[in-house]
Amino acid sequence: MPRVTMTVNGKPVSGEVEGRRLLVQFLREDLDLTGTHVGCDTSQCGACVVHVDGHAVKACTMFAAEAEGADVTTIEGIAAPDGTLNAIQQAFQDHHGLQCGFCTPGMVMSAAALLAENPKPSEAEVRDYLEGNICRCTGYHNIVKAIMAASGQDVNAIAAE
Amino acid sequence: MYEFDFERPTSVADAVAALGTEEAQALGGGQTLIPTMKQRLAMPAKLVSLTGIAEMQGVRRNDAGELCIGGGTTHATVAREARDAYPALADLASHIGDPAVRNRGTIGGSLANNDPSACYPAAVLGSGATVVTSNREIAADDFFEGMFTTALEDGEIITEVRFPVPEAANYQKFEQPASRFALVGVFVARFSGGVRVAVTGAAEEGVFRWHEAEKALSSDFGPGAVEGLSVSADGMIADLHGSAAYRAHLVGVLTKRAVAAAAG
Repeated sequence: MPRVTMTVNGKPVSGEVEGRRLLVQFLREDLDLTGTHVGCDTSQCGACVVHVDGHAVKACTMFAAEAEGADVTTIEGIAAPDGTLNAIQQAFQDHHGLQCGFCTPGMVMSAAALLAENPKPSEAEVRDYLEGNICRCTGYHNIVKAIMAASGQDVNAIAAE
Repeated sequence: MYEFDFERPTSVADAVAALGTEEAQALGGGQTLIPTMKQRLAMPAKLVSLTGIAEMQGVRRNDAGELCIGGGTTHATVAREARDAYPALADLASHIGDPAVRNRGTIGGSLANNDPSACYPAAVLGSGATVVTSNREIAADDFFEGMFTTALEDGEIITEVRFPVPEAANYQKFEQPASRFALVGVFVARFSGGVRVAVTGAAEEGVFRWHEAEKALSSDFGPGAVEGLSVSADGMIADLHGSAAYRAHLVGVLTKRAVAAAAG
């Protein structure tokens, strides 16, 4: 079997993978990084979003072998080493940006990618960027609010719906 | 997923060699092919990933002033790097799928697949671009041959797409919100020699040029020029999202919007 080597959350990892091994399977089943979720497995829902070389991608729609040599970040790599939540994670908690939590890893990873390229997005830009992330609990309102708050913007003006 | 062989060459020559075996299939960004394989609607025996080929990446201008985009360039990169040179093309790329899909999906993959509702075929046909492959150059007018069908031979790879840059252009996409493909999309481009209008999402045979509108717009580039024109509903896609007549109607509406935006 071919060998794949990449960096995941700052640590070098490698493993033998079949061509058909999806990146999300490699992360969850070989590396036990189960924070990345598989929702739909059809690239619709975004629960499996991780960063590959700094870009948000759906890990269910990429083969592990395609990440050869890449720098991969999952939800497990977002918090500080001592467990202190990252600003986006903390904002999701503060603003009740999750209910069941299933979509949350993908939401946080998409939000992190958005804020890296657009540090002060408008509410419309946040909603536009989350087009590929589906939440069936919250109606998105508090997710958007949390991301706006994490970007350091005043969210009092965002009316409750 | 079923078992298959997987190769990730680093040059076009190696990729062509790897594709020389039976039932081998090129893999671009995989945003269509991987879901298709999960459903067993495609079952290649071997996948040849094109994502490791550096010579197929990037956006540049050539000496002829054309905007040249490597076949393996993602939609996100086109959206970012073509913004100054060809804003209408960058805008089209920035509305394909969603951000994560745009970070993987490639222009070459989209064109080789030729989904009848994809956005890029409209830009390529509407611009009169040239599709450069591993062994030849194909004019846009000769490339698209019907739903999911192109002039590409087995094992032929799209290495680059060369876009002549128009004086003015615009793409109007009436989005199907679930798939985010175009229910109908119209690309209008005005060159010194005339206007081109390409329509995607509407016809069962895939992208096509609306010659009647091109002629009218070449003599008078304004939304009024296409006011009285219409396309026939014959051969239009009809599904639960819209009837053939509805799609035919949208072609006219979106053409007018595209012309107004491009002329403004």
